[in-house]
This record gives sequence, structure tokens and C-alpha cells, in this order.
Amino acid sequence: MTVIDTEVQDGRARPQRGAKVLDAEQVTMRFGGLVAVNKVDFDVHEGEIVGLIGPNGAGKTTFFNCLTGMYKPTSGTVKFYGEVLPPKPRAVVKAGMARTFQNIRLFGNMTALENVMVGRYCRTTSGAITSVLHGPKYRREEAESRSRAQELLDFVGLGKSSELLARNMPYGDQRRLEIARALATDPKLILLDEPTAGMNPLETQQAMDLIFKIRDQGLAVVVIEHDMRFIFQLCDRVLCLVRGEALVWGTPGEVQSDPRVVEAYIGGSELEDDEDEVQA
Amino acid sequence: MNLPTLPDTLREQHSGKGWPLALVGSLLLLVSGLLSWSFDPSILGDISIAFWPASLQLFAMILGAVGVLLALMHRGPLHRLGDWFDTALGLRALGTGSLLFVVFSLVAIASEAGGLVNVNPGGWLALAGALLLTVGARFVPQRQLNSFAKAKANPVLEIVVIVLGMAAILFGAAYVLGRDDPWIFVGFLVMAAVAFMALARAGFFTWMSHVAQRHRHVLTLAAFVVAFLFPFTQDGSDANMSIATQVLIFAATAIGLNIVVGLAGLLDLGYIAFLGSGAYVGAMMSNAASATIGWKPPFIVVMLIGACVAATLGLIIGSPTLRVSGDYLAIVTLAFGEIFRLSMFNLDGNNGPDLTNGPNGIPGIPDLNLFGFDFGKPHTVFGIQLGRFSNYYFILLLLIGFIILVFTRLNNSRIGRGWVAIREDERAAEAMGVNTFGLKLLGFAVGAFLAGLAGTIKAHQDTAASPDQYIFLESAFLLAAVVLGGMGTVAGVLIGATILKLLPEKLRFFSEYRLLLFGLLLVIMMRVRPEGLIASKRRQLEFHEDDEELAQEVQADHLIDAAPEAAR
Ligand SMILES: Nc1ncnc2c1ncn2[C@@H]1O[C@H](COP(=O)(O)OP(=O)(O)OP(=O)(O)O)[C@@H](O)[C@H]1O
Ligand SMILES: [Mg+2]
Repeated sequence: MTVIDTEVQDGRARPQRGAKVLDAEQVTMRFGGLVAVNKVDFDVHEGEIVGLIGPNGAGKTTFFNCLTGMYKPTSGTVKFYGEVLPPKPRAVVKAGMARTFQNIRLFGNMTALENVMVGRYCRTTSGAITSVLHGPKYRREEAESRSRAQELLDFVGLGKSSELLARNMPYGDQRRLEIARALATDPKLILLDEPTAGMNPLETQQAMDLIFKIRDQGLAVVVIEHDMRFIFQLCDRVLCLVRGEALVWGTPGEVQSDPRVVEAYIGGSELEDDEDEVQA
Repeated sequence: MNLPTLPDTLREQHSGKGWPLALVGSLLLLVSGLLSWSFDPSILGDISIAFWPASLQLFAMILGAVGVLLALMHRGPLHRLGDWFDTALGLRALGTGSLLFVVFSLVAIASEAGGLVNVNPGGWLALAGALLLTVGARFVPQRQLNSFAKAKANPVLEIVVIVLGMAAILFGAAYVLGRDDPWIFVGFLVMAAVAFMALARAGFFTWMSHVAQRHRHVLTLAAFVVAFLFPFTQDGSDANMSIATQVLIFAATAIGLNIVVGLAGLLDLGYIAFLGSGAYVGAMMSNAASATIGWKPPFIVVMLIGACVAATLGLIIGSPTLRVSGDYLAIVTLAFGEIFRLSMFNLDGNNGPDLTNGPNGIPGIPDLNLFGFDFGKPHTVFGIQLGRFSNYYFILLLLIGFIILVFTRLNNSRIGRGWVAIREDERAAEAMGVNTFGLKLLGFAVGAFLAGLAGTIKAHQDTAASPDQYIFLESAFLLAAVVLGGMGTVAGVLIGATILKLLPEKLRFFSEYRLLLFGLLLVIMMRVRPEGLIASKRRQLEFHEDDEELAQEVQADHLIDAAPEAAR
């Protein structure tokens, strides 16, 4: 089932696919009678961009929540580099998996820089005593966090906005700031939940470049999107979820041409991204 | 800056009379203080003599001086300063406030001496001045202002202002503590509040916060020097020093509570129990006749043991409850406070071990003796006698300095950022790898630790530890000090603690209505200024989640507490 794709996309050569980063088997999530995610198999390799599509309410966000420990799956396992992760968001982040949120969840009353520095929390260890005494460890880690956070802001193109309050930033910048914050946790795999929702075409193009840039840093990326053009240009493989079930799982070409996908969208919702899309 | 355009120039023409009126009003207020206000020399600290201003006359002169200053900044020799300060708004606030003050003064004279016939021309002149100022200020046009962010700093001037401000605080505190007449005391408070409001409206404190940001260390140093000098202004009298030490203990505990409430965002309704456990440890490990533990280690060890016991209790209470949502914590801590008090009440040997002597408590705790320095004896320094309470005052000053250090440094660290993130969005913080449970527990334990530390000193200063000192009401007052003063700031809590501790001491006559008045005060605060008197910028933003203007303003000023002190 793993076809190594060497197609050239967007003028960029795809890096060779590496080891398996994430491996989800038979993941199921029930809310009472509703089966939001039903026995989904999913895997991501190093240096790969994987897309997750499906009509509204298909269970994409819920699946993300299962992968990142926000929900404990009703059944099924999630393995990260071959190890089963405990369903605790903090342990998941520590292991190297970071995410952004569909409905932006920044710390609005913190500056952009501080938001990213919070992302550094799990990679630093200064405790209360060294913080109060301003010990050498505190100084080193504080300086390191600060410079790394600034570096990441530069990376996502927000270098000049570091002193802005997150809640004062334009929408598109907030989405990029969330990505920077996630990157600050030094992830090996980053999960983006609708990173271009609400963006104009120019910003969408910039977001795509940014995701390629992240991949080129050696990270694996999973993207949820409704914008098909975006997904098919960006991704190496695409999983289409419908009513919680994995409908098609393959290359963009395969998914695009699959009649079931078209039907799922036309039957339930729409193929192209629309303005009136509901945000959960 | 461009000059105001047409509509403003029209207003300027129309309101040309406003400024002279305001200036004359202020001058009248200033002069009225030099005249006699009443026939009766026996009331209100003698305000009957001309050219010898006392109490209310002095206060009127201060208000008049502020008015003259603002007026001359608006137009006249100081007009360049008027580019920065909103003199019009300041004058308006001052006008209304002075009127209030003068009316209060006239009522005071009338009620003390029996009727308004006892008011001399000076009092009426003050009323006329206040009226002129009020009316005139309405017509003073607002000027276009520059932003302080663009101001060129003048370090010498700024430091002089800091020193003068601190000196004013020192004299004010010494003066107000020396007044026993409630009319004068309240009159002083009214005057101080009016002057504060006027300067605040003029933007003076915005400027001060910029100055404070630039001269953080000078400011801290000046504050401590002033606090250090305070006992020397008391002429060996211990009465006021006793109040001052109580204020300090209360403030130290309240700042500790502010770590829990203001920084970690947890509601603790039983915080007094941690102070109590420290105090009981201090009492049990003292040389008191009824001390229940025979062991008397050096006091520094006792302090650490007291703090660790409190912190352990905090961990025991916190670890099961901090996992669930905030409301449960409030209830559990409330219950814990009661359990603590009842345990202290019952551990008398009849039920369980004899640790606390039950309701009798542990009396007769001897004074501290550190390195041969006996805290019970008066000492003479520079020819000024310092009594027993002054000795405790100094050690408490050290303690409060330490607590403030812990507060600010934690706030500006990785831990402080974690706390903000948790307050903003706990789930998102968790998803970003922040150890939310651990951080909350840490906040809770640090708060308990600091209260325990304060408690060990309190036991010696009170010379007794008994259950009735550690009742729920005390926890409520501590929380009130935090909420009133400002969550997440040190200065605010210092002010809140001072108000809540000093007022009841000085205004004995209203002690019956104390709770009613504080309740009312809190309700009003929640309506008009939920973030407290001196708010942390971040907390202010949190309380005004949809105030765009405020967010822009704060952003322009930078988040002060987020200023990276240690980023080098
Ligand atoms: N915590 C929850 N409790 C109950 N039902 C839930 C919960 N979270 C999600 N659901 C339900 O699960 C289904 C899948 O929701 P989910 O948010 O995962 O969809 P989605 O694919 O992300 O949709 P969208 O494109 O609109 O974001 C929906 O029917 C939703 O109502
Ligand atoms: Mg979704």
C-alpha cells in the first residue's frame, strides 16, 4: 500500500520518505451512540505531508484529538516511533507531536513572543528555586527560549510582530503564530487543523510555502483542509474520512479520481471550500 | 504636533474664561488655608489661627497647589508639560473632588462645633475657590497630547520625582498615623483620594509606570528605604508601630496569597490556615512555658520547618483537588480552613495528642532573639529609640522583601508564563506541553510556604497562638485585600492590605459596620474596576476581554510585568 511517489510538485523535489513516525491502528472514538471515528488506520512517515479531508462533521478534528491525547480513543492504538503513547496531551507533546487548532486557541493576552515561549515550556526544566535565585540554569534557558522563539517567529514570517498581543494580530498572522508555537515544542510531527481557514488566496499561498518549508526541515506534517486544490498540491498522500470511516487512502491522484470521494462531497456537502463553512 | 483645527479653535475662543477661573479657584483654595476656618480652637487640631495652617487647612492648600500646578501646565510657564499631561481632565477631577472635600470640611466643622455659624471666612473662601475651580475646569479645553512612549527620558528628573514621591508617602504615612481625630483622618483620606484621582486623570500615573519601568531598581530601593525609615519618624512610640507590624504581616500574607490567586489563578478560601500552621509551629518550638515540643532549634530552622509544614499541608489539600475545576478548590480550601481551626481547637490531649492546648492556645511565647539581638527590648539608633514593635517591623520588612522577590521572579519566569497560559486557556496550555497540574500545585505550595514563613514570626510578635486568630473571616479579608488592591501586582496588594488593616484600627467608631462597609466596597469595586486599584496589565486585559482600545494601549506601553528583566 505504500507507493513511493517521486513526482515533482511545485518545483520541489520530494525528499525520500523515511521511517514511520506515526502509526494509528483501528482508532475508534464513540460519543454515546455517535461513532465519530470508526476503525481508522493511518500512518505518517518522516519527510511526508499527509492530508486529511472529508465533509463537515466527518470526524477529522476528533481523529486529531485522538492522536494527540486530547481524547482517549474508545479502542485502537496510536504508536509514535513504534511506541504506544499514553493518552495525555503533555506526554504526546514531549514525545514530539504538536498541533494547531481549527478554532485558533492562542493565549490572547500574551505577546506573540510569549506565546511561542510557552511552546518551549516542555523543552526546558528550570524550577521555582533557580527561577527565584536567577541561577545559571534559569539564565541560560531563558535566553535560549527567547532566541529560539524569535527565530521561529522569523521562520513563519512574524519576526517583526513579536511584541504584539496575540489578540491584536490579524487572523492570518494568528494562524501562523499557532504554527510557530507548535514548532517551539521541537516536534517531529506537526498536525495542522485547517491552517488556511479564513485566509485570502495570497495568505493561502504563503501558508503552503510555509508548510513546505516545515517539511524541508525534516518534519512530518498532517494537514486537515477543505480546500482541495491546496490539499492536492501539497500532500504526498491523502486520507478521506466520511462519517468517521476511512473512505479512500492514497495519493492525491487516486483520491481525486475516486468517484466515492466526489459523491461523498456532493451528497453531503461541497467539494470546493466555501465561505459559509461551519467552524466547529 | 499639529494645532487643533477649526472646531477646537472655536471652543478655545468660547472657553477663554475657563482657564483663569480655574487658576483663580486654585489660588483661592491655596490662600484659604492661610486664613482661619473656625472660631473654635479646640476642634480638628486647631484650625482657628490665620497663617498657621493645620489639618483641613493644610489639605486644602495641597489641593490648591495641585490645581495651580495643573493650571500652569495648561497655559503659562509650565505649558510644555501640558503637551504630555491631560491638564483639562485633571482639573475637572480636581474641581469636583475639591468641592467634595470642602463640603466635607464644612460638615466636619459644623458637626464638631455645632452649626455652620462656626465657620470663619477661610472656610467660605475655600468653598468659593472649589466652586470656581469646578466651574472653570469644565470650560478648559483639552489639549492634544503626545504619547509617553515617545517621550525622551530624563533620568535625573525621573529619579528626583521617584524620591520626592516616596518622601511624600513617608510623610503622609507618618502624619496620618499620628492623627487620632477621625474627622482629620477621613479628611486626609478624602484629600489624598482627590489628589490621586486628579493626577491619575491627568495621566501622571501612566507616566509614573513608564518611569517605574525604566528605573525599576531605583524605585524598589527607594520604597525600601522609605519603609526602613518609617520607624524613625515615630519618636519611640510603639502604638503606631504595632499597627504597622500588623499591616506588614497582613500584607506579606496577602502577597503570598496573590501568587495563588493572581498568578496561578486559583481561588483559595482557607489561606489563613497556612499562616496558622506556621504560627503554631513557631509557638510549639519556642521557649514558651506551654510549648508542646521541647525542642528549640535556631529560629531560622523553626521558620523553615513552619514553612515546610504549611507547604506539605498545601500539597495534601492541593493534589486531589487541583485536578478538578476551580470551584471545587474553593470549597475544599474553605473546608480546610475550618478543619484547621477545629483541629487546633481540639488537639488538647483529650482528643488525640496534646499539641496546641486546645482553646487556650499557646500563650507566653518569648520574644525572638537572633544573634544576641533581643526583639523584646527597645534599642537606640542614631539617638532615636526604637521599641519592640520596631524590631519586629524590621524583620517583617526583610520577610516582605523576600516574598516580593519570589513573587516577581516567579511571575517573570517560565513558570509565570505557564501560569498565564493556564489562566488563558488551560486545555490549549496542556496541549502545548505545559504541566498544568504541576504548575497549579506549585503555585499552591509556594503560597502556603510563604504564609508558613510569615506565621512563625507572627507567633512571636503576637506572643501567643490560639485558634480564634485563624478564622474564616481572616481568609476573606486576605482575599479582599488581593481583589481590592489588584490581582497579580505587588503594589496593589500592599495598598489593599494597608487599607483593610489600617482603616479599622484608625476608625474604631465604625467597627460595627466594618463588614458591611467592606462588602459594599467590594461590590462597588467589582462593578467599576474589577481588576483592582492597581491592576496588572495582563489581568486588566483578562477582565476586559473585548476592549480593543485597551488592548492597543497596553500593547503600545508593552506589558510591564512581562519585561524581560533577566534576558541578557
Ligand atoms: N466532545 C464531543 N462530544 C460529542 N460529540 C462530538 C464531540 N466532538 C465532536 N463530536 C461530534 O463528532 C462528529 C465529528 O466532529 P469533528 O469536529 O471531528 O468533525 P470535523 O471533521 O472536524 O468537521 P469540520 O470540518 O466541521 O471541522 C460531529 O458530529 C460532532 O458533533
Ligand atoms: Mg474540524
